[in-house]
Amino acid sequence: MNPALVAARAGLSRGWIEFRQTLTTPGDLIAILIPAGGFLAAMIWTRHTHVPGTHFSLGTTMLVSVLGLNVVIYGVVTIGDLLIVEREDGTLLRAKAIPNGMLGYLLGKIVNISAQIAFAVTITLLTGAFLFTGLAIRSPGSWLTLAWVLVLGLLATLPLGAVLGSLFPSQRSAGPWWLLLLTGLAAISGIFYPITHLPVFLQWTGQAFPPYWLGLGMRSALLPHAMEAVEVGHSWRHLTTFGVLSAWAVAGLVLAPAVLRRMARRESGSTVAARREKAMRGT
Amino acid sequence: MEDVLDVRDLRMRYGKTDVLNGVSFAARRGEVLALLGPNGAGKTTTIEILEGFRIRSAGQVSVLGADPAHGGEAWRARTGVVLQSWRDHAKWQVRELLTHLGRYYAPYSTASVARPWDVDDLLETVGLTPHARKRVRNLSGGQRRRLDVAIGIVGRPEVLFLDEPTAGFDPEARRDFHEVVRRLADREEATILLTTHDLDEAERLADRILILAQGTIIADGSAVELARAMSGQSEVRWSRGGQRFARAADDATAFVRELFRQYGESVEDLEVRRASLEDTYLALVRQAEHGVPRGLTAVAA
Repeated sequence: MNPALVAARAGLSRGWIEFRQTLTTPGDLIAILIPAGGFLAAMIWTRHTHVPGTHFSLGTTMLVSVLGLNVVIYGVVTIGDLLIVEREDGTLLRAKAIPNGMLGYLLGKIVNISAQIAFAVTITLLTGAFLFTGLAIRSPGSWLTLAWVLVLGLLATLPLGAVLGSLFPSQRSAGPWWLLLLTGLAAISGIFYPITHLPVFLQWTGQAFPPYWLGLGMRSALLPHAMEAVEVGHSWRHLTTFGVLSAWAVAGLVLAPAVLRRMARRESGSTVAARREKAMRGT
Repeated sequence: MEDVLDVRDLRMRYGKTDVLNGVSFAARRGEVLALLGPNGAGKTTTIEILEGFRIRSAGQVSVLGADPAHGGEAWRARTGVVLQSWRDHAKWQVRELLTHLGRYYAPYSTASVARPWDVDDLLETVGLTPHARKRVRNLSGGQRRRLDVAIGIVGRPEVLFLDEPTAGFDPEARRDFHEVVRRLADREEATILLTTHDLDEAERLADRILILAQGTIIADGSAVELARAMSGQSEVRWSRGGQRFARAADDATAFVRELFRQYGESVEDLEVRRASLEDTYLALVRQAEHGVPRGLTAVAA
């Protein structure tokens, strides 16, 4: 049998095993549930506030936009952070020491993270469906749009996260940057408040990055058509969404293999041992 | 028969520092080689070049007939590397992890070598059967190191690399580990290269000992051969009139004869000790570090 195919299958089951471990490890589960709960609290808080210029609930809009933000959090930060941690602890080196191990490792990460996103999106949507009104979740078209935005969103974010994760030397040094990146992008991406109310240059900056388009895509899938009116150009801009997310996906997919290879090439027993000593000394 | 490991004039330079300047050695199938040497002598660098994890500056290296720098996945499948675990795969169960990592080797099975190693058999071999369902993070230090060995050999490697495998082992774990390594070499005919600081371990485990100092191999031979080559250097201890003496002598017999001729019956507490591997090792390293001409490089070469 083709060795690469065998490794790919092993990678798929690796991802599934890791996802199962996440669900059965209290600490990991809490790391998923706390942010989800935090967002939910913000949505409930703004449930009766209206989106400016409409009679539509800001909380409901936020609920939908947060689905898009979830993809960015897991697709960029979680995978990037995992790569850093597992490079430090030697998981990556083990993958390197077995035939086609890196292929299996990366596929495993993709499956694991995609499953985590699906999980986070599902619990957010489920609670939202009970607590909020106005979600357009009855038409098949909604689900179709949700599906392609999710898939394209994963393609746009996962390689990007892998690239960023390869560039940071350690988890300690990466932490503040992740936070800055995430809060910065979330603030200007129209997730929590319509982007049209921001200064023009921030609107443009926000629209250069995936979070805005993921949020817009989600809103187009799950909000009533009338809500188009508050968006830029009074339109869901499906074509542009597709274009921007695809561009990020292509850039990431072109960049990621080279960056990942470079990172993997540097790994050896002594580099892992050096990091371990450094961590033990607490410096 | 072709050598499994063949290293010729291997050189490694970091910036302006030469870590290896001309390392040469070879190993046959089923041979166990121990690489000894002081810290910073280049042991880890050497083994990482052979593992294919580090790119050499110059020289020729062949492992299983291929250059490790361009080994490819099929080559990788025939090699094993025992890594020191730390926190990796903490949530995995022992059996689950070995089964998973073994899967990658299945396509590389041949008529003579069935890959991967049967997991139950492997667990039994390294003594982890009672802990098969434990999560890795709940293993003791010794059990964890056994798992490291199991992961290193799950693909039934034809050549196995171990960098200080028994650092932090308790005596029992060490003995069990030695058994596994010997069995691997004797029964599976794996070629094994390990680095160690433990001379006792090298003597017990290795068919041949390589001593690396100042970036080059200063001795290559079995423990017995190395000691014999140095046996000129015996230590003679005695006391006379309550005072203790110790001398290193090239010809201990002649020295003692002379001692008695001069002092006769006043010589007491006489002891003549042949050089142990430790003495041999220390003498060789000292010679190399002080630039004394080397006399042992040709041993068993």
